[in-house]
Amino acid sequence: MRFKLERRETVSGLGLVAAPVIAVLATLLIGTAMFLVLGLDPLAAFRIYFIDPLTDPYTLQELVVKACPLLLIGLGLVFCYRANRWNIGAEGQYVAGAVLGSIVAIATNGGEGGWWILPAMLAMGAIGGALWGLVPAFLRVRFGASEILTSLMLVYVAQLGLDYLVRGPWRDPAGFNFPKSVSFDPAATVPLLMEDGRMHAGILIAIVVVIVAAFVLGRTLVGFSIELGGSAPRAAAFAGFDERRVTYGVFAVSGALAGLAGIIEVAGPIGNLQPSISPGYGFTAIIAAVLGRLNPFGVVLSSLVLALTYIGGEAAQISLKMPFDVTRVFQGTMLIAILAADVLVRYRVRRVEAPARDAAKVTAHA
Amino acid sequence: MTASDTGPALLEAAGLTKRFGALVANDTVSLAIRAGEAHALLGENGAGKSTLVKMLCGLIQPDSGELRYRGEPVVFSDPATSRARGIGVVFQHFALFDALTVVENVALGLPKPEPLGVLAKRIEACVGRYGLSVEPWRRVGELSVGERQRVEIVRCLLGDPQVLILDEPTSVLTPDESEGLFRTVDLLTAEGRAVLFISHKLDEVRRLCQRATVLRGGRFIAEVDPRRETSASLARLMVGADVPRTAPLVAHELGEPRLLVKALTVAGDGSRGSALHDIDLEIRAGEILGIAGVAGNGQTTLFDALSGERTSDPESIVIDKVAAGGLGPTERRALKAGFVPEERLGHAAAPDMRLSDNVLLTTHGDGGIVKGGVIRRAALQARFAEIVKRFDVRFGGRDPKARRLSGGNLQKFVIGREVLREPVLLVVDQPTWGVDAAAATFIRTTLRQKAAEGCAVLVISQDLDELLEFADRIAVMSEGRLTAPVPVAETSREAIGLAMGGAAQESVHQGEGAHAVQA
Repeated sequence: MRFKLERRETVSGLGLVAAPVIAVLATLLIGTAMFLVLGLDPLAAFRIYFIDPLTDPYTLQELVVKACPLLLIGLGLVFCYRANRWNIGAEGQYVAGAVLGSIVAIATNGGEGGWWILPAMLAMGAIGGALWGLVPAFLRVRFGASEILTSLMLVYVAQLGLDYLVRGPWRDPAGFNFPKSVSFDPAATVPLLMEDGRMHAGILIAIVVVIVAAFVLGRTLVGFSIELGGSAPRAAAFAGFDERRVTYGVFAVSGALAGLAGIIEVAGPIGNLQPSISPGYGFTAIIAAVLGRLNPFGVVLSSLVLALTYIGGEAAQISLKMPFDVTRVFQGTMLIAILAADVLVRYRVRRVEAPARDAAKVTAHA
Repeated sequence: MTASDTGPALLEAAGLTKRFGALVANDTVSLAIRAGEAHALLGENGAGKSTLVKMLCGLIQPDSGELRYRGEPVVFSDPATSRARGIGVVFQHFALFDALTVVENVALGLPKPEPLGVLAKRIEACVGRYGLSVEPWRRVGELSVGERQRVEIVRCLLGDPQVLILDEPTSVLTPDESEGLFRTVDLLTAEGRAVLFISHKLDEVRRLCQRATVLRGGRFIAEVDPRRETSASLARLMVGADVPRTAPLVAHELGEPRLLVKALTVAGDGSRGSALHDIDLEIRAGEILGIAGVAGNGQTTLFDALSGERTSDPESIVIDKVAAGGLGPTERRALKAGFVPEERLGHAAAPDMRLSDNVLLTTHGDGGIVKGGVIRRAALQARFAEIVKRFDVRFGGRDPKARRLSGGNLQKFVIGREVLREPVLLVVDQPTWGVDAAAATFIRTTLRQKAAEGCAVLVISQDLDELLEFADRIAVMSEGRLTAPVPVAETSREAIGLAMGGAAQESVHQGEGAHAVQA
């Protein structure tokens, strides 16, 4: 007996909406099994993971702080993935943005300050991310290299470059030899929105980007050309949309948003440049984009859900002595669950009576 | 059923009903295919032919009714089950991998693995026996539509089917190739197999088939002996009324040249389409120029070169007095040119996008629907509604994905999309491939009318009858070269048939490398 996937004649709209919800539930079930194996009370673990963070005003702010980079990066990835361009290297573009943006902060450190410093950092961050993103785009257009591989490999280049800078030329002379840059001046720091907590103005930028992205993708010819290029490349060429321009465009947007997320994180919650500036935001944002159905508003929700796994993971580390890797396992489980749910919405599983190679023995039954 | 029937039918559908939501696609439809006969399935778009065929081969299950194989009830739960019972289908849309060779494609469909060399020998034997020209080691991506269809037929025949279902098989064949296919069908039926022949070409049905089942509106209408019917009486059964003929030629003045092609040479791109060599042609306002030829002789490349999907020397293509060879599709559309490619799904339309969004493909540069880069939904919906209404595009739901439409309705949509742009030049590749008689007539009449209004129309078609019916002049494409166009009145099927085979090359392009080129 074998099973096979068969494309459904009609895809139910309800199914498309329900799939992410069912995927989250499946993740919780698998999580239960994992906690039981670890010898923990699943209910208590879930409370610490998913309920407690939502009941405390401080962690609610933290939720938004963690969701901000996921949201910005995820929105950029929506552009890429809709165009069927698989940018896996947002983490590297995030680092590249943080590094380029920090040049301004480090160069002006201890100076007079000025209103222009932060905007210049943000702009440089976006440019840095975009340039890093354009490399795989160029390699694909020019040489046909798989953007999945090249964008991923560039992550490590960016991370090692950052490592070199903070241990070498950019190391803080007064930093007791710790591998970190100088702490950024107030003029080079993203302002906080509330007195008590870490919520910063970056989230306002992210909200504006959500609205702009939704408009561009849903209402403009540019958004249509991205969608068409991803859905039917030959029809897109017939319609007169240049495939190369779309490839460059989506990688530039995606890289710029990842770079923006990087510099906001460095100039906001972190406050300086150091070897580790991301708990894998660039990779988790891939899940955010897919879980959010490649819809900007959907990514808002999925970013919050994934931010919760980060915060719950931190809490579980402290109170349950659980390794942080459990969080990564959670996120990975969620990605697999959502992909599986998506497949089941579009395809049905059919039992095949007998293996195809024994086709002669197949009997049609009444 | 006629009185002469003896014994149970080879394959029988008894009172099959299939609903899709509110739509009853098949309403107690019956069909009986007997051993040794060529049986035609006739019906307009939406008559339920595709649904019936899908049930016969196990792709979908009937809601009620029964299938019988040699009199014994059977359930085809999937295509593998029906295939194992000896039912083979060649669909209108092919399921071949471009990147693989013919023999690799065939190997993928086999129930058990077989060395490619052995398989290639079997393919060659089958090809020879049934007179189908297929080269086992060529990449499918390099093949024309006609050649791909032959690959599908061969693949099916290797499975030794008792019932062979052919969905619109002759629409991409030359008269000669069709004759070859008919001989194949005769051979198969002489061996006691049955062939279910789905076609809109009523003359062919009358020649080839001993029996015909007519469907209309999802219902069984009649089972007749097509040899005793006329094309008109068959058409009446299909449509339920008299079929209008293509509007006759109206005498009108020819105007300015709208399209000038001078010494157009394009290299073959390896994956699809042959090279073009020194193509010259001129079409004036009010004229329909037909380009005949067997699939795979450069027509696809010519279309791509005209539409701007491939660019060439700027002066080699002049649209309405503007050198356009170096322009892209959007810029050429701005010169009021319209293009309708051969492949409806994936080229003319994005299969998984809504029909209304598909309107944008060719209208986004015209102004009105897109302003300042922003899509004006209301204007888009208005244009969509107008296309649907004026061109009688029928579908289920309010705005389905393009994939959900039948071939004829999608073609009417694609043609309508261009016609409403008010083009001065219209280039149409295979306007009526796989389209039923009524829709085909409608499309030809529409093109005729556009010409009468002063539009220059270029029609690339492998259906010679179609070109003889409504083109003013005909040129023939063979091995990437084009013969000088001649008025339809001054030519004959025979002369064109010869040119299709390349015989006219010598006289048209004397000397240098007349046979040199094949991509």
